[in-house]
Amino acid sequence: MPTRFFGEPIKRAEDPRLLTGRGRYVDDIDLPGQLHVAFLRSPLAHARIRSVDVSAAREMPGVVAVWTYDDIGPCQRRMPLLIPHPDLTHPYTRYPLAKDEVNHVGEPVAMVIAESRYAAEDALEAIVVEWEELPPVVDIERAIRPGAPLVHEELGTNVAAHYVGIVGDPERAFAQAAHVFRERLVIERSAGMPIETRAVLAVWKDDEDLLEVWDTTQAPIVIRNALASLFGLAPTQVRVIAPDVGGGFGCKIMVYPEEVLVPYAALVLKRPIKWTEDRLEHFVGTNHERLQIHDAEIAVDGEGRILGIRDRFLHDAGAYTPYGIIVPIITACQLPGPYKVPNYHVEFRAVYSNTVPVSPYRGAGRPHACFVMERLLDRVADELGLDRAEVRRRNFIQPHEFPYDVGLIFQDGAPTRYDSGNYPGMLDLLLERMDYRRLVEEELPRLRAEGRSVGVGIACYVEGTGIGPYEGATVRVEPTGQVYVATGMPQQGQAHKTVLAQIVAEELQVPLESVQVVEGDTAHFQFGSGTYASRSAVVCGSAVALAAKKVREQGLALAAEELEVAVEDLVVEDGRVYVRGVPERGFTWAQIAQLANPLRYAYAGDLVVRPRPWTGPALPPGRQPALEATEYYSPPHATWASGAVGALVEVDVETGQLRFLRLWVVHDCGKMINPLVVEGQVHGGIAQGIGGAFYEKLHYDENGQLLNASFMDFLMPTAMEIPRMEIAHQETPSPLNPLGVKGVGEAGAIPMPAVVAAAVEDALRPFGVRITRMPLDPDQIWRLTHPAEA
Amino acid sequence: MKPPRFRYCSPESLEEALAVLGEFGDEAKPLAGGQSLIPMLNMRLARPSVLVDLNRIPALAGIERTDRFLRIGAMTRHRAVERSESVARAQPLLAEAIGYVGHLPIRTRGTVGGSIAHADPAAELPGVLLALDGTVELQSRRGHRTVPARDFFVDLLTTSADPDELVIAVRFPVLPPRSGTAWLEVARRHGDYALVGVGAVVTLAEDRRTIRDARLCFIGVGNTPVRATGAEAALRGQPAAADTWRSAAEAVRNELDPASDIHASAQYRRSVAGVLTERALALAVQRAQEGTAG
Repeated sequence: MPTRFFGEPIKRAEDPRLLTGRGRYVDDIDLPGQLHVAFLRSPLAHARIRSVDVSAAREMPGVVAVWTYDDIGPCQRRMPLLIPHPDLTHPYTRYPLAKDEVNHVGEPVAMVIAESRYAAEDALEAIVVEWEELPPVVDIERAIRPGAPLVHEELGTNVAAHYVGIVGDPERAFAQAAHVFRERLVIERSAGMPIETRAVLAVWKDDEDLLEVWDTTQAPIVIRNALASLFGLAPTQVRVIAPDVGGGFGCKIMVYPEEVLVPYAALVLKRPIKWTEDRLEHFVGTNHERLQIHDAEIAVDGEGRILGIRDRFLHDAGAYTPYGIIVPIITACQLPGPYKVPNYHVEFRAVYSNTVPVSPYRGAGRPHACFVMERLLDRVADELGLDRAEVRRRNFIQPHEFPYDVGLIFQDGAPTRYDSGNYPGMLDLLLERMDYRRLVEEELPRLRAEGRSVGVGIACYVEGTGIGPYEGATVRVEPTGQVYVATGMPQQGQAHKTVLAQIVAEELQVPLESVQVVEGDTAHFQFGSGTYASRSAVVCGSAVALAAKKVREQGLALAAEELEVAVEDLVVEDGRVYVRGVPERGFTWAQIAQLANPLRYAYAGDLVVRPRPWTGPALPPGRQPALEATEYYSPPHATWASGAVGALVEVDVETGQLRFLRLWVVHDCGKMINPLVVEGQVHGGIAQGIGGAFYEKLHYDENGQLLNASFMDFLMPTAMEIPRMEIAHQETPSPLNPLGVKGVGEAGAIPMPAVVAAAVEDALRPFGVRITRMPLDPDQIWRLTHPAEA
Repeated sequence: MKPPRFRYCSPESLEEALAVLGEFGDEAKPLAGGQSLIPMLNMRLARPSVLVDLNRIPALAGIERTDRFLRIGAMTRHRAVERSESVARAQPLLAEAIGYVGHLPIRTRGTVGGSIAHADPAAELPGVLLALDGTVELQSRRGHRTVPARDFFVDLLTTSADPDELVIAVRFPVLPPRSGTAWLEVARRHGDYALVGVGAVVTLAEDRRTIRDARLCFIGVGNTPVRATGAEAALRGQPAAADTWRSAAEAVRNELDPASDIHASAQYRRSVAGVLTERALALAVQRAQEGTAG
């Protein structure tokens, strides 16, 4: 019997090392003679730079160099626009160091390189900048009014992109609808807060003609390619390593100014250069996400069936658009969720503001979409006197209707086409776990009779995961028995070393411990784009599976030849390949690797290579000296995971405090490679989603100053605020990839604002209020229930 | 986030510490647990030229019980207070409130004197001290004095201690018989500074049904911890009953003048201060009646 690795709840191979403090993050790496960098960042949201005087700073003790835009040679060009889009008619990216204008608080203006970070920060205080203040643009609704001050004068508008997507005939659907309901729905600004801030360490190795860079990036190959082209080096002259990375959540996939300036300093000064972002810098120097304002309406028939949706929304792009309009595109495409929306008009404007730029943060436009759709359906249910679950059931895409085309082009340029799913099954499973009928008909009335303000909410969502373009992997069985696996995707906590090893172990039937997964180092793998969009298991996992399968075929062919049997007569089991029914006739994988590579080996213990009569070249044409394969997997389009969550909450009406009494999650990410890892991802996503529902909000004032740039005032939920989650799985395999898997990375973050809004609204039914803004906080809940006092 | 240059000294006796403070006055800053000062240094919000580290002066730590008060040395860690049986017995309000201070690592490092001297209006210990009519012991080269809490907390992060004076201990008076206390607060997350917090101290008359004396102290609603003296006066002689708590809550709402910030509006704080007043009074009286004090 083959041993099962795929699908088993195997503990993360990463954890013993990380949990015992043996992780190695960029800031843990020190090189002899290394210098430290600090950046002077704009204190103003919008200003012209009249002059920058760095002369005093250059004279400070320990200071090696102080650079402004004038000093940065090949870096004197705008940062790349990583993802253009035809509707992004007015893109704008920054210079690595501001040239003549700053557009948000935190924008880098000058760079001090010194013997210590202390000395560098002291020198920042000696830099004198003469500013000419410009009117800050903070409120995106005001920013689109005629005559509003402009973030980028030369663009002539604050609207970076205007997108319109139309499916069917929305106007007709609304004209003929039995009911139309409108909501104005807002999701506030937030940001990813990895526990490890960003960091870059770079060194030019003269003896090797090599620029070596350690970077906390989610995309080392992208950074390598950018540095090579910027500095006129061959890609092989730049090695980018993402060692242990302490969380990414999207904000570490970018090419940031610091990521080119620090390597440039290493090239110029010929000393190792390190910059570690501090938390204050992270708040104002690393991209944000979330703020959207939706004016949405839904048209339904008398039974609550959706006839059409119209949604016009504003998306806050921040000061620049380095990552294009990916976030609002995802919102637009995913808004219909698991429901049939035959007629759909979606329109957005991405609006510049003098705030930190916006790029994906776990969820990436999906929490917004889910919030809008689920709020509309709750409204329909309430207005028509229907059960909220029933309204959803009436509108689901049915299992036989896949593949299902939403009718819009998704973030990857492919159709938004759901490959598979079972949404009614998912909801049924959730309701069963919640004991929904009893909960609603008995438990809630009983608790309410005690005077408690309790409520139930449910929310369903889909997640387009595993987009292209492609990823690759090399799998090689070493003649010493280990299996080497290299990919182009680094991890920031996703357990690649565990799950990729499971895929290989399943295929080759070798112990997990013998599989060594190497990633995040461009010296090991050359092609790929990075870890984002819940795509590692799908895209990279599939490439690993294809490569492992090929290695298995190579091994079987060699063994069959050597044993003089047919491949069909061989079995692969217990780390060996042998003749069916005759276990002693066979080889270990190490032995087959030795057969493939007819060299002399230093120690001859279990050597199988023996002298042979001459028949020609030792390595016949067409044969390689290794059991090794490199394969790429490129998905036709995204594969669609889904989920449903339920919450039972209690509100303290007098203080506005919120407590989760129960929280249920049903998740469907196709075949699970490792249920433990899947649940870990769901846990983390839900926790982050709870943050987005009740805690995390970045407060900008009207001058563009960020008021809560610290963990004292930016509230991430801690373990104390996260309830126990009751998780159930449904597995609807994806037909698109060889493993049948779908992504799970962002899942939990998506439905939480929607479900919390629904549950709190239900708890507050006696007050007749609607929840239309996320995140909530105690003050807002109190305002809803104390309109006279507020 | 690195501090500017400063001179660091770590005296090993109180006299030595006072000498440095006497010499540098305004320019010097005592370092206790560092839970507020170190972040302020790193953000360059505080820029002392001399840092006087008190962590090598063992005599400044310790909990002592006398007939009239509990005396806690300035360098006593929150965690020591939290685990102290004599605090639990003699000063239940302090024992209850201390668990709301930050998180375990913060309580393990943070000190009682540091919290009192820092005088954050949303912090628990200044509120407890004011609720109990406690006093602060100050010492300088010039001498020793005790200042009542109501005179000590002057304004936002400002006390009546002179620059050369060091908080060496705080005294929490022992409660009279038939007393009960309660500490309640609403914070955004477990361990955060309170949006509103209240300490209630109630002493019953001999009938155990009438209020002889009540004290209500609030945190998070002003520039210092605040006593609701009007509400306190109105409570005296009233029956221990729900109506009384409601009236007290109304009086508190009229009396307090909280400010708005990004976490909560003034109106919210005022309203919730009333809610917590009702809840805390009911709880404190229940404890007084049960003879469990807190």
